Amino acid sequence: MNAWFALAGAGAFRHLHGGAAIRVSTGILLIIAAAALLGPMLSPHDYFDTDFEQRLKPPTLDEGRLFGTDDLGRDLFVRTLSGTRITLLVAVVASFVSLAIGVAYGAIAGYAGGKIDAFMMRIVDALYALPFIFLVILLMVAFERNVLLIFVAIGAINWLDMARIVRGQTLSLKHREFVDAARLIGVPPVVIVFRHIVPNLLGVVVVYVTLTIPQAILVESFLSFLGLGVQEPQTSLGALVNDGVSQMERAPWMLLIPATLLAAVLMSFNFLGDGLRDALDPRQRRR
Amino acid sequence: MLRFAFVRILSAIPTLLLVVVLAFLMVHAAPGGPFDDERVLPPENARNLQAAYHLDESLPRQFGRYLSGVMRGDLGPSYHYRDYRVSELIGAALPLSLMLGLLAMSLALVVGISAGVVAALKRNTMLDRVISGLAMSGISIPVFVVAPLLVLVFALQLRWLPASFSGGAGGWRFLLPVVALSLPQIAYVTRLMRASMIEALSSDFVRTARAQGLSTLSIVRYHAMKPAMLPVVSYLGPAIAAVLTSAVVVETIFGIPGLGQLFVRGGLNRDYTLVLGIVIFYAALVIVLNLLVDLLYGFLDPRIRHR
Repeated sequence: MNAWFALAGAGAFRHLHGGAAIRVSTGILLIIAAAALLGPMLSPHDYFDTDFEQRLKPPTLDEGRLFGTDDLGRDLFVRTLSGTRITLLVAVVASFVSLAIGVAYGAIAGYAGGKIDAFMMRIVDALYALPFIFLVILLMVAFERNVLLIFVAIGAINWLDMARIVRGQTLSLKHREFVDAARLIGVPPVVIVFRHIVPNLLGVVVVYVTLTIPQAILVESFLSFLGLGVQEPQTSLGALVNDGVSQMERAPWMLLIPATLLAAVLMSFNFLGDGLRDALDPRQRRR
Repeated sequence: MLRFAFVRILSAIPTLLLVVVLAFLMVHAAPGGPFDDERVLPPENARNLQAAYHLDESLPRQFGRYLSGVMRGDLGPSYHYRDYRVSELIGAALPLSLMLGLLAMSLALVVGISAGVVAALKRNTMLDRVISGLAMSGISIPVFVVAPLLVLVFALQLRWLPASFSGGAGGWRFLLPVVALSLPQIAYVTRLMRASMIEALSSDFVRTARAQGLSTLSIVRYHAMKPAMLPVVSYLGPAIAAVLTSAVVVETIFGIPGLGQLFVRGGLNRDYTLVLGIVIFYAALVIVLNLLVDLLYGFLDPRIRHR
């Protein structure tokens, strides 16, 4: 169990099993994130500017149209990068929503123990059986589609795993000496949970967040692909893939570029999360 | 075993009820009514329309009416396809989706289990690395990226297969949709099978079998296979849910007139009752299939049912 806390130690990464995969995927993600943040500023075009003289132009070096244009003559370099920005933003915010719910729920259940714990985990079990994705689609059909709602909806799906993992960790932490000491000098339970237990869980939590982010990206791009997520003229990688599918015969670049980028982002997060988990959990590594 | 089955079946009922309540409330909390976007009706006609769909009743009464309908298998009238009940629309679209899903699941299990076993037996060789790498990519690339890419390559460039379902005839038109639907599941099953087979192969009873001089093939077949299958069986539940969700995308891309396409059209038309009905149907399907998987698991693994 202590291997989890090795993450806090600076030397942890030197011993990482499969360190190359972690370094490469971190590098790719940093490059993509930097491009998504800075790229749109470098181009002379805006993501919503239409130009009917310039429709469906294949990628060229002229005028900075590196990724070509779409069927409304919008510059795809800017659209792809700002779409990536929205996709990453939704994923990170949604993951933090699920992190906040999951950590609080799991830590409280684990620390309280007994009947409260049993009851709270029964609720989690029941929610596991709910096909949330369909309820999210229903939510998107029924209400005005805005980005905030997407954040909350996706975050609300993903907290269950986090709650289970955090509860397990809390159970093993709550009989450690420093917790006993805190209890002995009369620290109230709420403070013990959030000041003494939660900070010690962060190693585990960080690993699982890297695995939650790709799931959130999948849900967001799935919704946007169906036209139920991010709305025009704003865009996300899923919405761009959807646009690309409708023009795939005439303009394959409209599909290939966002599809490749989406796959690269998802793959990097998965390799990163997998690598971190293998490195920090010796039980998994033996397999 | 009977007690285990009974408890498990009983616990599925409140979950199902919870889905119905949540979905119903969500639709009824939505701003605006189902007929708002049409031309303005004279107040009398509007009232008649409201009364015909029971929208003038109180929420609890509407829910009571809906719930009793659901229990009889009636999901109410469609707001968009005026002459049809939601149950009729689902019934008409279901067989095609069911076939697609079954084919995809079978393909995923056959290919995934074989690839996983091979990777486990050839652990840490080049072959294992290739299989594991492909599986990782398969998990990472979403179905709505895989499906259009398959169309682009095999239908538009190579022209081997039809690009859309209605554009072809015979069994071949199923090939691309089924492959697109099963690729991510193949990847998941492969990873699970590889991990659990490696664990099974390192257990004591396999070492005993090996000491008795059994061949690798019969060790896998008669000793390691059954325990190694358990994680795959427990993954069947999530796999079914994932296939249902992906089918929504695949049916849209290939133009297959199944349940997924009906769902998407309903969403875009704001056909509340249709979407509500399909959500409840999907949920019931997922919950019932999960229940069956759990019972199967309990049957295969005595440790579960005697807990």
